[in-house]
Amino acid sequence: MSSFSVTEPTKRTKWFAGTMVIVYALITMLPLAWIMMTGFKSPADAISYPPKVVFEPTLEGYVNLFTTRTRQTDEFLAANPPETWYEEIVREYDMVIAGPSKFGERFLNSVIIGFGSTFLSIVLGTLAAYAFSRFKIPLADDLLFFILSTRMMPPIAVAIPIFLMYRQLGLSDTHLGMILLYTAVNISLAVWLLKGFIDEIPREYEEAALIDGYTRFQAFYKVVLPQAATGIASTAIFCLIFAWNEYAFAVLLTSGTAQTAPPFIPTIIGVGGLDWPAVAAGATIFLLPVMIFTILLRKHLLRGITFGAVRK
Amino acid sequence: MVPMPQDPATYAATATPPRVARKIKGLSDRAIAWIFVGPTIFLLLAINIFPLIWTIRLSFTNFKANRNREVEWIGTRNYERILTDSDIWLNMQATAHFLFWTIFFQVLIGFTLAYLINKKFKGNDLWTTIIVLPMMLSPAVVGNFWKFLYQPQIGLFNYIVAFFTGKDPSSFEMLGSVQLAPWSIVIVDTWMWTPFVMLICLAGLRSIPDYIYEAAEVDRASKLRQFFTITIPMVLPFLMLAVLFRGIENFKMFDLVVQLTGGGPGSTTELTSINLKREAFEKWRTGYASAYAIILFVTVFGLASIYVKALNKVKER
Repeated sequence: MSSFSVTEPTKRTKWFAGTMVIVYALITMLPLAWIMMTGFKSPADAISYPPKVVFEPTLEGYVNLFTTRTRQTDEFLAANPPETWYEEIVREYDMVIAGPSKFGERFLNSVIIGFGSTFLSIVLGTLAAYAFSRFKIPLADDLLFFILSTRMMPPIAVAIPIFLMYRQLGLSDTHLGMILLYTAVNISLAVWLLKGFIDEIPREYEEAALIDGYTRFQAFYKVVLPQAATGIASTAIFCLIFAWNEYAFAVLLTSGTAQTAPPFIPTIIGVGGLDWPAVAAGATIFLLPVMIFTILLRKHLLRGITFGAVRK
Repeated sequence: MVPMPQDPATYAATATPPRVARKIKGLSDRAIAWIFVGPTIFLLLAINIFPLIWTIRLSFTNFKANRNREVEWIGTRNYERILTDSDIWLNMQATAHFLFWTIFFQVLIGFTLAYLINKKFKGNDLWTTIIVLPMMLSPAVVGNFWKFLYQPQIGLFNYIVAFFTGKDPSSFEMLGSVQLAPWSIVIVDTWMWTPFVMLICLAGLRSIPDYIYEAAEVDRASKLRQFFTITIPMVLPFLMLAVLFRGIENFKMFDLVVQLTGGGPGSTTELTSINLKREAFEKWRTGYASAYAIILFVTVFGLASIYVKALNKVKER
C-alpha cells in the first residue's frame, strides 16, 4: 500500500464525517434511551413537564408490568405489613398485589411461537435451499420467485382467508396455528438467504464425499450443514426477529391463549392511560433481546434485510 | 420442463460420473430434490396460495364472515364499488403521500449517512451498528412508544420542538391534528427505516473500486464531477433496490401507523392496509374486503414488476 492515495479522505474530511454521523446516532438513540429511562420513573415523573432527565429511579414500572393490583382498606393494610420489596412499592399507593399480570404469559407465547416457527423455517428452508442450490429443479427460477412473491402480499389481505380457514380447522388463537403461519411467512426469507449461503460452499467438498461412498443425505448432513452453520445461525436470527416483531397477524388471529407480546404491550397502559412506566418497562424487556441479536448479527445484517440480494 | 441455464463447467462438476453413481445408495438426486423442496412448496400452497385463491373466490360474493346467511354471487360488483368509491381514493392518496415522503427522506438521509460513513473515520463500524438498531425493532411497539413521545404536553418530541422554536409544547398535536398527523407517521417511519437505505447505499459505495477514482484523478476530474459521474451512477442500482424494498414494505404498512394514529384523525392517516382491516374485521364486509385485497395485491405486484424491469435496465448499463 502506498502511503498516499487519492481515495483516502483527508483528516479534516474524516473528522467532519465522524462528527456528523455521531450527532445523527445520538439523535436517533434519543427515543430509545428515553423509553428505557421512562421504565425506571414513577408515573408522576413520567408525565411531568418539563420532561425530567434527572429523577429518582424506581422499579415501580416493572412491578406494575408483572402484577395486577387492588386497592385495600386501611385496616387491611395495617394488619398485613408488606413482606417483599415489590409489595412495599405498591403499598405507597394503598394497594396490594393481587396476582401476576398477563405479561409473563404473553412474553412466553412470543418465545414459544418465535422459536417454534424459526425452527420449522430453518429445517424446511435449509432442505429447500440445498435442493435449489445443488439439483436441477424444473422451473427453479420461477419457483424461487414464487416463494419470494408470497412476501409481497399485504398481511391483512392474507389474513382474511386465513382467519376463515383457521376458524374451520380450530387453529385460531393456538400456538400451532401461529407457528405454521409465521413459518409460511418466514420461509421465503429462509430459502433465499440459505440458498445464497449454500451456493458459496464449493461443490467439490460434496463430490469428494460422494466419491468416498457417502450417500447424498450423508454428504448433506456431514459436509454441507457444518459448512453452512454460520449462515444458518444468522438466518435463524432473522426469522426469530421477524416472528418476534410481527403484529398484524397476531392482533387479528389471536386474542388470548396464543397472543404474543406486540399486541399486548399497548394494552398495558390501562384505563385512564397513565401508566407509561409500565408500558416503557414492557417495551424495554421486549426490545432488548432484539438489540442484542442485531449487534451479534451486524456482519450479516445487510444480507438478511435484502433477502440475500446484497452480499457486500 | 425448462432446463436451468448452466455453463459447461458447472455441468461437468455436477454430473455424477457413472462409476460413482453405482456407489451412491438410496434415492436418486431427483427424488431427493423433491423431498427437500416438497414441504416448503406444500406449506406455501396451504398458507399462501390456497388462501389467495379463496380470497379471489370470496371477492365475487357478498359473504360476511360474522353472519350465517346465504352467500350470493354478485359478479364484479365489489370491484366496481371499490374503484368508484371516492373514500378509497382518499386512502390511496394518504398511502401515496406516506410512500413518497418516507422514501424521499430515507433516500436523502440514508445516502448522506452512507457517504459520510464511507469516509472511514475511526469507529465507523461501532456507530453504524448503533444507527441500525431502530429498524430491527417491533414496529407496533415502536409506534406505541412514539405515541408517548408525541404527547402534546408531556412528550419529549413536543418539548424538543418547542425548545427550538419557542412555541408552547401543548400548542400542537402531532397525532391529533389533520395537518400534522400525516407527517408524524412519516417522521417515525423515517427514524426507523433510514438505516436500511443507509446500509444498502453503504454496500454500493464500498463496491466502487478505488482505481476508478484514481483514473478520474489522473484525468483531473473535479471532486464534484467525480461524485456525479462515478459515485451516483455506481450507487444507483443499490439505491433503487433499497427503494423497491421500502416501497413494497410501506405499501403494506399497518402495524406502526395503527399504533400511532389508528388511521386518525378522521381518516387522514388511514393507509390502505388500515382501511382494509376496518372493512374486513370491523365492518365484516368479507367479500368486499377480499376484492379490495386483490386490488392491492395486483397493484403492488404490477408496480414492483415494472420497477424491477427498470432496475435491471439500470444494472445493465
